[in-house]
Amino acid sequence: MILIWMICILLAGGIVSWLVARTSPLLAKWIALLAVTVDLLITCWLFSVYQAFPDNTSWYINHQANWIPALGISFHVAMDGFSHVLLLLTFFLGILAVLCSWKEIKEKTGFYFFNLLWTLAGISGVFVAMDMILFYFCWEIMLIPMYFLIILWGDARRRYAGYKFFIFTQVGSLLMLLSILALYFIHGDQTGKYTFDYFSLLHTTMVPGVAKWIMLGFLIAFAIKLPVVPFHNWLPDAHGEAPTAGSLVLAGLLLKTGAYGIIRFVLPLFPESAVDIAPIMILFGVAGIIYGALLAFSQTDLKRLIAYTSVSHMGFVLVGVFSFNNIAMQGVVMQILTHGLSTGALFVMAGMLKERLHTRDIDRMGGMWTSMSGMGGIAILFTMASAGLPALGNFIAEFFVLLGAFVNYPVFSIIATLGLILSAIYSLRMLQKVFMGQQHFTEPVKDISARELVIMAALSISIVALGLFPQPVINTVQHLSTIHPLLHE
Amino acid sequence: MNELQLSALLPFIVLAMASVVVILLIAFRLSHTVIQVVGFLMMCLVVFATWYVRDTLPQEIPPLFIVDGQAAVFTGLIIFSVLVIGLFSYIYFEEREENPKEYYILLFLATLGAAILTISQHFISLFIGLELLSVSLYALIAYLRNRNNAVEAGMKYLVLAALSSAFLLFGMALIYMETGSMKFSGIAEQLKTVGSTPLFLMGLGTIIVAIGFKLALVPFHLWAADVYQGSPSPVTAFIATISKIGTFAMLLRFAQSIHLQQYPLAVTIFSVIAIASMVTGNILALQQRNLKRLLAYSSIAHFGYLLVAFLPGNDAGTEAAIFYLAAYSITLLSAFGVIILLSSRQHEAEELHTYDGLIWKRPIIATVLAISLLSLAGIPLTAGFLAKFFVLSTGVHQAVWLPLIVLVLSSVIGLYYYLRVINSLFSTTVSAEAIPKPVHPFFHISTYITLVIMAGLICWLGIFPSVTLQGIRTFLMLH
Repeated sequence: MILIWMICILLAGGIVSWLVARTSPLLAKWIALLAVTVDLLITCWLFSVYQAFPDNTSWYINHQANWIPALGISFHVAMDGFSHVLLLLTFFLGILAVLCSWKEIKEKTGFYFFNLLWTLAGISGVFVAMDMILFYFCWEIMLIPMYFLIILWGDARRRYAGYKFFIFTQVGSLLMLLSILALYFIHGDQTGKYTFDYFSLLHTTMVPGVAKWIMLGFLIAFAIKLPVVPFHNWLPDAHGEAPTAGSLVLAGLLLKTGAYGIIRFVLPLFPESAVDIAPIMILFGVAGIIYGALLAFSQTDLKRLIAYTSVSHMGFVLVGVFSFNNIAMQGVVMQILTHGLSTGALFVMAGMLKERLHTRDIDRMGGMWTSMSGMGGIAILFTMASAGLPALGNFIAEFFVLLGAFVNYPVFSIIATLGLILSAIYSLRMLQKVFMGQQHFTEPVKDISARELVIMAALSISIVALGLFPQPVINTVQHLSTIHPLLHE
Repeated sequence: MNELQLSALLPFIVLAMASVVVILLIAFRLSHTVIQVVGFLMMCLVVFATWYVRDTLPQEIPPLFIVDGQAAVFTGLIIFSVLVIGLFSYIYFEEREENPKEYYILLFLATLGAAILTISQHFISLFIGLELLSVSLYALIAYLRNRNNAVEAGMKYLVLAALSSAFLLFGMALIYMETGSMKFSGIAEQLKTVGSTPLFLMGLGTIIVAIGFKLALVPFHLWAADVYQGSPSPVTAFIATISKIGTFAMLLRFAQSIHLQQYPLAVTIFSVIAIASMVTGNILALQQRNLKRLLAYSSIAHFGYLLVAFLPGNDAGTEAAIFYLAAYSITLLSAFGVIILLSSRQHEAEELHTYDGLIWKRPIIATVLAISLLSLAGIPLTAGFLAKFFVLSTGVHQAVWLPLIVLVLSSVIGLYYYLRVINSLFSTTVSAEAIPKPVHPFFHISTYITLVIMAGLICWLGIFPSVTLQGIRTFLMLH
């Protein structure tokens, strides 16, 4: 029940802040902030409750209510450690997203926060929905407000980016819908019980040929979201054109729903087919790591550069998931968290720079360190995190993934390691271009403000904490290995 | 005809009386407002009559009619639509100061035609219903004869509809020659003994041509965009909803009676038509800058989707099709309602740039339009999504994969043009067009409220479809 409340708080907060924005835009911001904060506090509180649980493999919140009984659709939400960690990330980044739009959004404030909160509600719904149709609903609900965020508050080419984002994701979604339906009927014809419930569908036996096609429907949807390389085309545009909070949510959360989908649905529902397709997916993953890194290196637009680093980092997720190895899976979960934090931080930084310099072109920046040494210091931290420096969370994540993948796929693993070198190269190039070298801007630029410092400090502390003490996260997701019967083969 | 049979026909008799009452009212020179109100009450009476006779269903009135649950659902949908269209007509025609009184006679006659289609089980009643519908529509389309495209649209519809009627008659004649019966059940029985002959199939083919024309399916869709654009907006809404609901109801009953889906040839033809409609409709809509034309092409695509539910020919398909039509009518009516509300005396609000930044100027109306477009695009939380979902689910169950894949891919293409309209609604450059001042505050406000209710209905159907589904199921049991 508490999960539904958490989603409802966001939905209601969105509507209220839209309504009050007419009279007082400031109040709208505070309401939005309050709604997300309350959710974060609830999630933290649940975390402490959960730690006390003796058996940490279970679904410790499980709530089911009738919705459309005639079709076997129910309002089923549940949470395990994996969902919990992702919810924590969602609300944490949610607060930062509200904070970093505080000054940036000057017009239509109410509608902006409405969309932001509804996106967050959709994302948290995705992480807890255990009914396939509910999942599909949430999957779409996070899409539409995001689309509005892009086309209304984005940059110059926002419409193009919006179309591309929407249409790419929609192709995947509809194919997934077909797969969900096929699964529903196969399960129903076998057992006589027509239901969309995840836990029932888990026990569906399928002819391998059929299972492969159904799995592909799911996989394409998640691969577009993740994004896996041939489907990554929407990402640089959407990330580049979106407002800062939009990029933060896109990179930090929306991409993670793809990874979540693969781990939660593709592997448990189609274990055999997933094993069959694993080598190909690992190939795609490695290709993504290298290709994303190379493209990131050649970008001149700061936000597009960061967007391509996401493509590269998400390659590690794909490699880790499909190496079917416990360590790799822990690495994947770490990567999901740390990439959310580090890339989110870089996007926030890009937003701050754009607010001050009115450009995203890194050729026109340079020498910013003299006027913005504070931000420069933080920038170094996060570029290093992104490059996978030890003691920061990303190192653990990528190291675990490579370690796990090496067992079965040594060659791919070695090639993927090259990605770490490339990431150091593009990160340093970015740092060099923006903060070092010749100064292009003569007019004085303000250094980081108190509000911005709070955002960056929160991110810095968490990324360092994850780098030094990853164990609590790993504990909560230990059981992921038990739900995948083939993981230890 | 016994008493029960007569009472089963009561709704249709009341509907027929509505036109007569309007004629009398005109003879007594009563005002537009009175006619509007009386028309509204008459339609309510039809609804009431349907409710009153529901326990006596199903009733067969041999040889022409059968009033069963399915007919009741379709008639209900038709009456609901005409209630809304009637309301919309008032402000639309009052704005134009042309004598709108005779309009209501034609409107109710056309509605009667569509309603008769839903209960006919005989070629003769089918033809009478269809002609009643078409002939009224010729006049309705060209009703505002001083406007630019009206007469052109009327002529186009007249010529093509006459042609399609000829096809229909020819097909009927061929089938009658082969089976010796004009009654659907008689044809079915005869087919069982002699099997299908080439001439029968040819007859079937020409009937499909006629139906394809009425439903604006590809390749019989050429009239759609021009007629949609040229007609007065309430009439466009009528063509897009009632005329198509009636025709589809007729197609459904005919197919059920003769088990159309058992002929692989017929299934192939319908699959090809469905695929062609989905693809062509969506592609042609892509570059439209005129909202009415865009909706015309989108409705071509939508009837392609609907045919996918028709292909399996089972109960689930019927249920899905009815839900689809309900969702589609509500959605389309609210879209046309917005067009009507924004149209002024001088011009129709059909150009896309009229809608630039509407959300900042008139947030409620723009939200209604946005919701209905999202519903047409099939986005969750709206009726359009669940409708598409049911269609997909019947298709998946029967494993008609090719039309399904085409449905999915073409609706992704379709997204682009719906998003374009939504984009212009939310555009930051606000259109300079002045907002027409409401001439008749009462009707203006009631139209406004109706639109809001319809938008609410779209969302309600999209989130809690259980009640509606249950209702449709209960009615379908009555046959």
